[in-house]
Amino acid sequence: MYQIDNLVKDLVKQHGRAREALMPILQGVVAQHNYLTDEAMVEVAKELDLSAAEVYGTASFYTFLDTEPRGKYVIRVCKTITCAMKGKNEIIEVLQEMLRINVGETTLNDKFTILETNCIGWCHKAPAILINDTPYTDLTREKLVKIIKEYMHQ
Amino acid sequence: MKIRRGGIRMSNKTCLICQGTGCVSAGSREIHASLEKEIEQLGLSKDVKVKRTGCHGFCEQGPLVVVEPEGLFYAGVKVDDVPDIARSLSPQGEPLEEKPLYHDSATGNPITHYHDISFYNKQQRTVLQNCGNIDPEEIGDYLATGGYQSLRKALFEMSPGQIVDEVKRSGLRGLGGAGFPTWIKWEACQRAPGDEKYVICNADEGDPGAFQDRSILEGDPHSVLKGMIIAGYAIGARKGYVYVRAEYPLAIKRLEIAIDQARKKGFIGKSILDSNFSFDIEIFQGAGAFVCGEETALLASIEGKRGMPRPRPPFPAQSGLWGKPTLISNVKTYANIRWIVNKGADWFAGIGTEGCKGTAIFSLTGKIANSGIVEVPMGITLREIIYGIGGGIPGGKPFKAVQTGGPSGGCLPAELLDTPVDFDSLKAAGSMMGSGGMVVVDEDTCIVDLARYFVDFATKESCGECAPCRLGTNQMLDILNDIVEGKGEMEDIDILESLGMGIKKGSLCGLGQTAPNPVLTTLKYFREEYEEHIIEKKCRAKVCKDLIHFIIMPDRCTGCHICTKVCPVNAISGDPKQIHEIDQELCIKCGLCFEKCPPKFGAIEKNYGSKVMED
Ligand SMILES: Cc1cc2nc3c(=O)[nH]c(=O)nc-3n(C[C@H](O)[C@H](O)[C@H](O)COP(=O)(O)O)c2cc1C
Repeated sequence: MYQIDNLVKDLVKQHGRAREALMPILQGVVAQHNYLTDEAMVEVAKELDLSAAEVYGTASFYTFLDTEPRGKYVIRVCKTITCAMKGKNEIIEVLQEMLRINVGETTLNDKFTILETNCIGWCHKAPAILINDTPYTDLTREKLVKIIKEYMHQ
Repeated sequence: MKIRRGGIRMSNKTCLICQGTGCVSAGSREIHASLEKEIEQLGLSKDVKVKRTGCHGFCEQGPLVVVEPEGLFYAGVKVDDVPDIARSLSPQGEPLEEKPLYHDSATGNPITHYHDISFYNKQQRTVLQNCGNIDPEEIGDYLATGGYQSLRKALFEMSPGQIVDEVKRSGLRGLGGAGFPTWIKWEACQRAPGDEKYVICNADEGDPGAFQDRSILEGDPHSVLKGMIIAGYAIGARKGYVYVRAEYPLAIKRLEIAIDQARKKGFIGKSILDSNFSFDIEIFQGAGAFVCGEETALLASIEGKRGMPRPRPPFPAQSGLWGKPTLISNVKTYANIRWIVNKGADWFAGIGTEGCKGTAIFSLTGKIANSGIVEVPMGITLREIIYGIGGGIPGGKPFKAVQTGGPSGGCLPAELLDTPVDFDSLKAAGSMMGSGGMVVVDEDTCIVDLARYFVDFATKESCGECAPCRLGTNQMLDILNDIVEGKGEMEDIDILESLGMGIKKGSLCGLGQTAPNPVLTTLKYFREEYEEHIIEKKCRAKVCKDLIHFIIMPDRCTGCHICTKVCPVNAISGDPKQIHEIDQELCIKCGLCFEKCPPKFGAIEKNYGSKVMED
């Protein structure tokens, strides 16, 4: 198991200590650790010689820099009008039913989080979701159930 | 026999299999694998090449397989179709006649060749020319289309001044939304003193309903990179960034591959093509903030700060990234540079209208038969795009409105379908080109609810810096919420209008300055729908929950029990085989029963009014 401070140090080595390294470093922490812990943000602040408030201020501006615990698989449901016209609500319902959590929540085993997101650019194949980096489009109840089951077994 | 098409050398036949994310999710990887296998088994591998390509733009019909040189177009291909397709590729083979040919959305007739399909033949695919014809992960493919030739021409045959002049004479205007003349920025950056300058490509495409920048980055990343390198040479920059939103993982991956391959070939890096010009490009990944598409917010974001816009001037061309002169343009703007350098300003200026040159690229979505990415000369009408290319509204329903330009744009009614599509005409109609989203809606969409959706988006994406945008949009949202809930009053309409004008005038950046547009245009063109909500408490589209109710028609209900099972609040009662009934007090109007009642019964009706009227 890695330590957050080691992870931060590795990322600093990769991106440097300049201010513009802040976002890539924070993104790197999220990629490894699913979200930014307080500890990680303080560590980043120390390494980059910024105040912790400044790091938190930047992080909290961006929806993809989560400062709350997130599961291993973050499911982002596109909430855009075109997806809404084609059954976004049913997608959310299926997810909530299957995972027994609401939008914004994480399962107890830290495996799944359901979030809503802005347009992910699949309007012509709506409704669409992102699971971490993978888009799934043209969803139906049946297709989604199959996809989530596969993730459950991973 | 070797045949050239689109510049790529091909063996006798080539099957182009779309690997855009849309087609991949529809199963095109499996099609690719099984077609390769079938072709090998038939011993055709020498004569038939199977190629993966980027997006063809007609994602709705995916997975797509195109057979060149004939230009045969197979749509919605299933693995079961693959053996037939493979056999048809043998020297004696004939093109397939029915499935999986594309069927015209209007006539229902099968069409064999893609150039006979109205979705394609009414388009002018210039920027998109390579999308769908090359493998975006193979720089060799791009080179075979003559790629990077214009870079050679720019570096060795043109001076920076000549390039800026060519861009000026072309009349190219920025395709990021506002249509600002591109050359003015180039010239300002070129003239700016100092040797530390930056070129930034804005790929933050956040407008709901827009995905053409993503398609270009995924389908033809080198065309964008090349535009940036030429821009770097013209203004004297040595470093470029592509700012891509985090929501586009595949675009980021394809760009990484493209930059890597271009670097290896000497198109990016030190002494490009052995000239004395050096230029490097890096990807900067956004993190889910719409406002970062605004150029000054984007700069703040690259600098590692909150993405808050700042007042202009100074413009980025004067003081941009780290205070240095910076050229920021949209993906499509850079993708056009190749053509201007290659074919010349006069050629480019020959496309489009007097004031708007070149092509416009749109994402056509919503209630439209053929949705996808379309590229048309500036100045063709909305009608030509929606009916000519888009095939009109599915099911022959009447057109109600088209929303262009996302949250900054407006909603235009049927009377304005003959409006030419260019920066100035759309703006005159109260809308905007924006980054190119075009959402078509029919009678099933409530116009007030649509406007409310965009205002809600603005409230959530407002960075909070200036009060008119932060507070004003929330105020508008409250009023719109009242109206859709049937609690609106007539004076609300006036308040919306004056608030909207105030927000437009008082906001710092484009987000606030344009956020009221969806409300203001719908008030202008669809005022009677607002009035109906307020006076009659009626939503003609039967969308607004507080203004409708569901009832079960006793003569059609068979008591099948499907609706009772799906109702999330147990508001439907009735024993099996007995007529069911909805308890209007409990009903939350989610509409699930309405959707799930089998069409052969069609026993549930959606009616006006919040309750069943007693007569
Ligand atoms: C809220 C907001 C969001 C924007 N989003 C984008 C965007 O996603 N892509 C883009 O190219 N321009 C966007 N712009 C416009 C940019 O500020 C800038 O004008 C543009 O990148 C310039 O490129 P162009 O000259 O090629 O049009 C946005 C502007 C605002 C106010």
